[in-house]
Amino acid sequence: MRTGRSLIQPVAVLLLVAVVIGIPLWLVVVTSAKSQGDALDPSLALPTDGWHFAQNYARAFTEGRVIRAFLGSVSIVVPAAVLVLLFGSMASWVLARRTGAWLAAVYAVAISGIVIPPAVITLVLLLRQLRLAGTLSGMVLVYVGIYLSTAIFFITGFIRTIPHEVEEAARVDGAGPVRTFFTIILPLLRPVLATATILICLYIWNDVFFAFFVIGGRMDTLPLNLFQVASAGVYLNNWNLIFAYVVQMSLPLLVLFAVAQRRIISGITGGAVK
Amino acid sequence: MSVEKTQRPAQPLTFLVPALAIMLVFFLVPSIYNLVYAFTDWSSFKSSINFVGTRNFANVLQNGVLLGDLKVNVIYAVLVAIFQNLFGLGLALLLERDTRINRFARTMIFVPVLMSALAVGYIFQALLKPVGPVNALLSFVTGQDIGYAWLNDPDRTLLWLTLIHSWKWMGLAMLIYLAGLKTISADVLEAARIDGVNRWQAFLHVKVPYLAPAVTFNVATALLGSMNSFDIAQATTGGGPGQTTEILNIFIYRTFGQGLFAQATTMSLVLVLVISLMAFPTIILLRRRERVL
Repeated sequence: MRTGRSLIQPVAVLLLVAVVIGIPLWLVVVTSAKSQGDALDPSLALPTDGWHFAQNYARAFTEGRVIRAFLGSVSIVVPAAVLVLLFGSMASWVLARRTGAWLAAVYAVAISGIVIPPAVITLVLLLRQLRLAGTLSGMVLVYVGIYLSTAIFFITGFIRTIPHEVEEAARVDGAGPVRTFFTIILPLLRPVLATATILICLYIWNDVFFAFFVIGGRMDTLPLNLFQVASAGVYLNNWNLIFAYVVQMSLPLLVLFAVAQRRIISGITGGAVK
Repeated sequence: MSVEKTQRPAQPLTFLVPALAIMLVFFLVPSIYNLVYAFTDWSSFKSSINFVGTRNFANVLQNGVLLGDLKVNVIYAVLVAIFQNLFGLGLALLLERDTRINRFARTMIFVPVLMSALAVGYIFQALLKPVGPVNALLSFVTGQDIGYAWLNDPDRTLLWLTLIHSWKWMGLAMLIYLAGLKTISADVLEAARIDGVNRWQAFLHVKVPYLAPAVTFNVATALLGSMNSFDIAQATTGGGPGQTTEILNIFIYRTFGQGLFAQATTMSLVLVLVISLMAFPTIILLRRRERVL
């Protein structure tokens, strides 16, 4: 019974992974190696028309402008994540520590963005009035506005679990609020900041909806260009190119995850279950 | 401000300013605009914008799009919250022990979390074609010829989409539940075992209470994700068949493309109100329950 049981679990796990994850990923890889005619009806079968890896990947690379899209994505994600975390932490410190009905109301409004979707059409109108439509800074500020709520929600909850004494000591020693915040509070927030960083980077890196409205046609990002590759009428059934592009756009994050897997996993979970 | 050092508030309100300023301009102001433009005839067809009272609301109510989309949004959010948590918890319990195979499985299940939702949508569009791989596999297993149109079934396509959405995010929910399970001390489980508690009782009365923060996190992120979802539905069905999978962002994308700005703002306004009425109590309830425990 014991040995039977200890065999069932690993076999079940491997079978589950093969079916649930293996099949979709295999479809992507094998289709990205097929000729256009061969890929018309996507299947799990091996290419019948020869392997076309090099050809498909080269075409998707140039037609999807992978380099420009990658640089575009990076130039949006990095400043947006930094601003969300910095401004979010500063606000959360006040909201977590100080009390009062007025601040409770501010907190409620500040976290409302978790459930309230941004009014994207009037947002575009506003960006045009501010001359920020189609610009990098417009896109960054839009993401900051959207994800500050999430950051404030998690960071405030985390700060409330930190005892007051630590910062009291610094204050008694004569440290001003700016120094207390940057030298005492911010380092203590590491677990929750790691969680928030990874989540927010994932959301922004893979977003196509807001990018479409704010910078669509003006800037390249990896998901925007996938949308373009897949929506262009010519590519209606070009599954080989779509999936060749999918592999290329997924590689940066997959490589990053492979390299820093342990830190990413402990980062995600560190601040989530406090 | 008092001269005495200890009287001065330790956390100056100015620290709120950058975050609140950005949220005010890029989140609240568009929402207020939304409130105003919902009562106008703003469109791309004419340059003037006039107030039309509640005509837009009457229109969306009359043509049934409002109630239809509202239903679609609520079902989508609720099903995603349920499936994502069920899959995540099930996987966490299955892969709880730190064996080599379990670590490998966790890594693989996390891969979809890293992928773009748009890419996931295209993958499933290809998988679920009537002559696609899923039907081929099902035909092989059952010995019957199955040609089910997964993405063209007015009754069930929405259900399949919520399963795809949950497939993409279940790896994240799993990690959070695994971390939650790790917070349970071995002593507590040991004590339960000595008391003769069976596996199911141990799960229900010992593990579940410890998982409360994980549930809050997962429900909150599932709600956030499903309310703002666009990519998966766009890449698989584009809102069809017959608008049965038309979640809010698909509607906005479609009406924006048609130049019907006022209609789009009206719809989003109504949906946002209804969604907040539903979602806020959920989050507050979860937080409060956590504090009790």
